[in-house]
Amino acid sequence: MKRNYYLLKNSRIRRKDNTICLEYENGEKKNLPIEDVEAFYLFGEMDLNTKLLNFLSQEKIPLHVFNYYGYYSGSYYPREYLNSGFVLVNQVEAYKNPEKRLEIARELITGASHNILCNLKYYQNRRAGLEGHIEEIEKYKNKLPEVSCIMELMAWEGHIRDRYYESFNDFLDLPEPYKKRVKRPPDNMLNALISFGNSLMYATVLGEIYHTQLNPTISYLHEPGNRRFSLSLDISEVFKPLIVDHVIFKLINTRMLSEKDFDQDANCCYLSENGRKIFIREYDERLSTTIKHRHLKRNVSYRRLIRMECYKIEKTIVGDAEYKAFQAWW
Amino acid sequence: MSSNLPDITATEFNYFHICQRKLWLFSHDIEMERESDAVLMGKLIHENSYQREKKEILIDGLVKIDFMDGEGVHEVKKSDSMEDAHVWQVLYYVYILRKKGVEVNKGVINYPKQKRTVEIEYTPEKEAEIERKLVEVEKVRQSQDPPATLVSKICRKCAYEEFCFA
Ligand code: SF4
Repeated sequence: MKRNYYLLKNSRIRRKDNTICLEYENGEKKNLPIEDVEAFYLFGEMDLNTKLLNFLSQEKIPLHVFNYYGYYSGSYYPREYLNSGFVLVNQVEAYKNPEKRLEIARELITGASHNILCNLKYYQNRRAGLEGHIEEIEKYKNKLPEVSCIMELMAWEGHIRDRYYESFNDFLDLPEPYKKRVKRPPDNMLNALISFGNSLMYATVLGEIYHTQLNPTISYLHEPGNRRFSLSLDISEVFKPLIVDHVIFKLINTRMLSEKDFDQDANCCYLSENGRKIFIREYDERLSTTIKHRHLKRNVSYRRLIRMECYKIEKTIVGDAEYKAFQAWW
Repeated sequence: MSSNLPDITATEFNYFHICQRKLWLFSHDIEMERESDAVLMGKLIHENSYQREKKEILIDGLVKIDFMDGEGVHEVKKSDSMEDAHVWQVLYYVYILRKKGVEVNKGVINYPKQKRTVEIEYTPEKEAEIERKLVEVEKVRQSQDPPATLVSKICRKCAYEEFCFA
């Protein structure tokens, strides 16, 4: 099974014959067999050259770069290798058809809100006081079938998300109460965690899209290609509650992360190197956690579920099956 | 001469016998990333498809996947689980070769694992059957929507399983 490699320490990364060689500042070296690598996530300050990039292209391995604060800055997305003109034309057509576009976008948000509710219901059993939030979110979710355009859909999604984050105060042991979502730059611990987790999620989904015929710039919920591989944002919506938020809840409530794992400069709050290490360990573990798939009747990891979500989108755009977003059933 | 050749690859002809959905997906360039043996082999055949640079590629293909001798066209198979598909695949090679003016009359399938060979005589009836099948293959390729999922135990070994059952 291939795995993601998250490189946090400053180092030099290069090709050495048919392996990847990491050289750390203290002179230590490490060799990774290329067959084991799914993707690279670079967090440290890394030295690399085109020989490495060519090698990654040849081996079909994406490389994602994160900035000093740990937020996504870009990807080396190797040359596509699973091209299908047929799929591309259909992907564009589905976008240009307002009904089809709305149908897919609506299903993405429906799945996402179902998964959000699933998280809250889990905590409701342990902590009182979440009923109000759940009821409210359910009310918003019930509006989704009636919306007639993307704008309206986005508006309800915004309400759901606001209410959801607000509810964190009622079941997370936060050192300071959560007020509102601040993205650029995050202003407190919780916002820093959400931003960091969402960056990881975005890169992970992009890596899965890469191994399908889908074009990552054509999306349905988000506006296509606007400086971003926006299809990745679309599919992330469904999995953020199940992967990113799950990790955040665990790290906070078990006190695996505390204030000392964050750095604060001027008005930006971000995870320290140690904090990132802890977050990534949990994140990667969550990605490889398996659940029994209902149709395949065997265990599949969350990462594989993301791939299969890409397949579902592909299926719906080529007219094979209606899109049904992944919904947690536990 | 070559204008008589169908543009249907051996892989497509083969998939037609396994699963029509698989044929449809493959012919729309929807291929799976997983490099299973089956997919790899399919790619080899696909890349060496008969339309281009015939002789050389043919020889390549024969050396890699199968070979030809005085007896006829040979095809080597690992498992005997899809025998009918194998038979038609090797007959299709014969068909193509004959179209190109090579006098072959027999297909041989080698199952080295089972230490077994199956010989198939090429007859005018079989040729007619291939031509009937080619029309069917074309129909599947042209169909607007993908054919339904098989839901059979062969799906378990198919590279498209996660796609079909997602
Ligand atoms: S998984 Fe089954 S239905 Fe799908 S292509 Fe393969 S054999 Fe056909």
